[in-house]
Amino acid sequence: MTEILRVENLKKSYDGFIAVNGVSFSVKQGELKALIGPNGAGKSTCFNMLMGQLRPTAGEVFLDGSRITGQKPREIWRRGVGRTFQITGTYQSMTVIENVQMALISHHRRLFSFGARAWRLYRDEAMDFLRTVDLQDQADRPCSVLAYGDLKRLELAIALCHRPRLLLMDEPTAGMAPQARIALMQLTADIVRDQGVSVLFTEHDMDVVFAHAHHIMVLNRGALIADGSAAEVRNNPKVQEVYLGGGTLFKEEAHA
Amino acid sequence: MAFFFAQFLTGLANAAALFLVASGLSLIFGVTRIVNFAHGSFYMLGAFVGVTLMEFLPGAVGFWGAIVLTGLVVGLIAAVVEMVVLRPIYRAPELFQLVATFGVILVIQDLALMIWGAEDRLGPRAPGLRGVWRIFGEPVPKYDIILIAMTPFILFALWYLITRTRLGVLVRAATQDREMVGALGVNQAWLFTGVFALGSALAAWGGALQLPKGGADLLMDFNIIGAVFVVVVIGGMGSLPGAFIAAVLISVLNVFGVTYLPQSTLVLMFVVMAIVLIIRPYGLLGREEVAGEHGQVGAPETPIRPYGTRGRMVVTALLLVLAALPFVADQFLLILTIDILIFALFAASLHFILGSGGLVSFGHAAFFGGGAYAAALLVFHTDTPMELAFLFAPLAAGLLALGIGWFCIRLSGVYFAMLTLAFSQLVWSVAFQWRGLTRGDDGLINIWPAPWLNGPVTYYYFTLILAVGGILVLRHIIHAPFGYALRAGRDSPRQAEAMGIDVKRVQLVAFAIAGVMAGLAGGIFVFAKGSVFPTELEIAKSFDALIVVFLGGVKTLAGGVVGATFLSSVEHWLTRLEYWRLVLGLVIIAVVILMPEGIVGSLRSLWARVTGSKSEVSK
Amino acid sequence: MLSVERINSYYGKAHILDDLSFEVRRGEVVALLGRNGAGKSTTMKSVMQLVRPRDGAVMFQGRNLVGDPAFRVAKAGLGYVPEDRRIFTDLTVLENLEVGRQPARRDAPHWSVEQLFQIFPNLSERRGNRGKHMSGGEQQMLTIARTLMGNPALLLLDEPSEGIAPVIVEQMARTILQLKAEGLTVMISEQNLHFARAVADRAIIIEGGQKKFDGTFAELEQQPEIRDAYLSV
Repeated sequence: MTEILRVENLKKSYDGFIAVNGVSFSVKQGELKALIGPNGAGKSTCFNMLMGQLRPTAGEVFLDGSRITGQKPREIWRRGVGRTFQITGTYQSMTVIENVQMALISHHRRLFSFGARAWRLYRDEAMDFLRTVDLQDQADRPCSVLAYGDLKRLELAIALCHRPRLLLMDEPTAGMAPQARIALMQLTADIVRDQGVSVLFTEHDMDVVFAHAHHIMVLNRGALIADGSAAEVRNNPKVQEVYLGGGTLFKEEAHA
Repeated sequence: MAFFFAQFLTGLANAAALFLVASGLSLIFGVTRIVNFAHGSFYMLGAFVGVTLMEFLPGAVGFWGAIVLTGLVVGLIAAVVEMVVLRPIYRAPELFQLVATFGVILVIQDLALMIWGAEDRLGPRAPGLRGVWRIFGEPVPKYDIILIAMTPFILFALWYLITRTRLGVLVRAATQDREMVGALGVNQAWLFTGVFALGSALAAWGGALQLPKGGADLLMDFNIIGAVFVVVVIGGMGSLPGAFIAAVLISVLNVFGVTYLPQSTLVLMFVVMAIVLIIRPYGLLGREEVAGEHGQVGAPETPIRPYGTRGRMVVTALLLVLAALPFVADQFLLILTIDILIFALFAASLHFILGSGGLVSFGHAAFFGGGAYAAALLVFHTDTPMELAFLFAPLAAGLLALGIGWFCIRLSGVYFAMLTLAFSQLVWSVAFQWRGLTRGDDGLINIWPAPWLNGPVTYYYFTLILAVGGILVLRHIIHAPFGYALRAGRDSPRQAEAMGIDVKRVQLVAFAIAGVMAGLAGGIFVFAKGSVFPTELEIAKSFDALIVVFLGGVKTLAGGVVGATFLSSVEHWLTRLEYWRLVLGLVIIAVVILMPEGIVGSLRSLWARVTGSKSEVSK
Repeated sequence: MLSVERINSYYGKAHILDDLSFEVRRGEVVALLGRNGAGKSTTMKSVMQLVRPRDGAVMFQGRNLVGDPAFRVAKAGLGYVPEDRRIFTDLTVLENLEVGRQPARRDAPHWSVEQLFQIFPNLSERRGNRGKHMSGGEQQMLTIARTLMGNPALLLLDEPSEGIAPVIVEQMARTILQLKAEGLTVMISEQNLHFARAVADRAIIIEGGQKKFDGTFAELEQQPEIRDAYLSV
């Protein structure tokens, strides 16, 4: 498999505090890879550096072999990286389909068009994307009345508009009910399989991670302490100590 | 050298009052998130109340006692204002409250006029501190030295209050998340009232302390507010030491400016502020404002749609009435309607960036007045034909907006607002002080339209076509992909950036479009009046536009136009009264309290309630 | 101790809580379960009056709280820990605790800063640090400690296990059991059934703002159809 994303020795420090300390890894084409770790381990900082929201203190990021370190989010998006946010960032003053149309307007480079009516543009195409995430019935509702899980799916549709080769998803299932989590990750897995997209995601729900991720990386205090298959990570004593815990408290109860 | 040092001391002494007023504003903004335009009014009240108290209380004890009492009296007044005017509207959309504080300015102005009369009051000298001390041979007023000596103690007392007491901890916590403070058992309503009273008392102390140096007059409120905003912004919002450094910086600079560059005194502090903000966008000691940190208040905006058949019919009917007006109305009504149309276009241009872009500009008059001056200067100095000069108005204003926007767009929120204010003051002071070019406050006169346009009816149609045309173009842009991109950047900048939208560039273009439209309004204005004066560039003019946009309703497309029509009409009828400011102020406050979504927004909610319609999409 | 009687709460036009009634008795730990969007957080906020119920009553120790401002609800003895933590990031740990400090109450355990540092040793080490330099788990501990400074008689914990590492979730469960042992009454809202079962005596399941189940976990175990319908584990 070819490498889509390669990260070399990525580092970020804020006045004396080192948030990410020399992280290196890669994501291959068609791979669904999870990045897990305790809160404050540097997952979001890592993500924000990959997507250009934050400038790394040191290290390099390569997309398809070309360097994207320090580029602006919109430049990285142009190169084929889509992202969804931990706290959804949809446009509250637009309808569901207009959110997707907005992404398509940007995709077709029509942002500085003054003549057309925006809500007439690319409506059919937008509807296709809504169908992918099963939101077609809510197309004309205002985004502000959508349930949280639907917003997450809408973000996924938006991220797909530019036909990305890599999707970065920051806690895609946070705040969702267990069943909805599984449905969303199943949808993501389908997209990975059908469209050959690669996905890198952070997650706290271990059921989701172990059920769907092809590979798992564990970040702790800004450094990677594991990178491997589900079984390797689960049985890694260091990972158990800092992150997974013994699980005794709940297991006893669950099997009682 | 000695003279230099004495000058420096004068600057330091002036800084005392400025720092007090600025720290009050900073405190109030930090906790309540209200940009309190009325802060200068409490400063003015402090001066007047102080003068009155000093007349009653004799001797040194009376002088200093009067100053202390002034703070308490004005603090009490401020507490009442906060409870009556502001408390009902904390949940209104962000910045809406500044409209109410503008109403408070008007009310206090007329009340002060009623109580103390129009004449300026000379402040009494401080007993025992009448003379001068010689420092390196230069005379320095004793009172100045006392002020300089007091300032560090004031700074320390405030710093102690904020960092070391429970009240200070609560204030800082509320600055960040006031709802959570309430959920932890703190009565935040009283905390807000207390902070507002304390901040206003600080302003009043500033007003009273400067009495021996300045006195009291009715223009103090607007005269200080610019400097106070500058100090707070240079120092960094919410930073007391920052406000102190900035107050000293501005005061000292001002003293030297008066001596060495008298023709630039007005510009100077705004230039300093612009430079500071360009280098340190959040002020000397300020920290970055994280958008959304304080929680979105108010209902989210509903998606927009072009008018349906009924809406189009109403607009068409209205246009027909306007078109038929010259056949039925007298000249007086025509001229009033021209004024309203010009103001409506001006307000619509601000509403375009404020409503769709979330860019709250405090200096939009720069483009209105800038357009007017651009055309007038051409006519006045080079006898350019009116048609050409007129075209130059929107063009010049657009270019000005592009230039100013390039600096301002880098900031957001209150800092953006302040920087636009600074630049508009810069433009104003050029018009005011570059007498060779602009004739200063004598204004440019005899700027009349071309013969074929001369005559009220012809010019009325000229205005009608251009103003309505401009407003329709703005509406069209809002519905175009560009308008959507602008709203996308407002709703969620990080999502917009992550889908390839260059938010800053979109905002800059929008800012320039708004400038063009404001300049167009200015161009129509100057040929309608035949003259232009620096008042068209004043802060008050920018505030007028802001007020009507909020009054009309930020979250509605028609808000600016409706608000402008409302305010122009009301103002027109009221100005024949003696105390019209008082009435207008009360009207504004009433509208703000009764219609927290603005006139259009509240009428729409009312309509929805009456008809029972539950449409999720609004027009 | 707390009795919620037929409350209806709205968010804008959306009807979130529909005639919801339940009780919390002194000394117990109750878990409010349900899917995302079922109305758990709104229930918590409606009890605190951060969301005002349009009708119905929230009786707490014999007094109806509906219509009171949130600070008065807190003063009455209700402690609220929001799901999104909302610590004051510019304030130090000690200052955060100071914001929460309220006078002691006769009917509730009293907490001093030092006692809280024993329960949350991590916080003790970081007492001078500002909130923003703390990890998510530490922030979660701080919100609870901050609320305990108000000496509440009833603690409302909104989704305490959401978004934190599994190892911290275990620690959180132990802490809640410890608080119960000190005599505190606790109501948590949860999506994690395992966590709820580990700490709570009783479960209340809501869906669409209505109560669907109220009973012990043993009873819930015998009605798997309810669990499957509303909890989707």
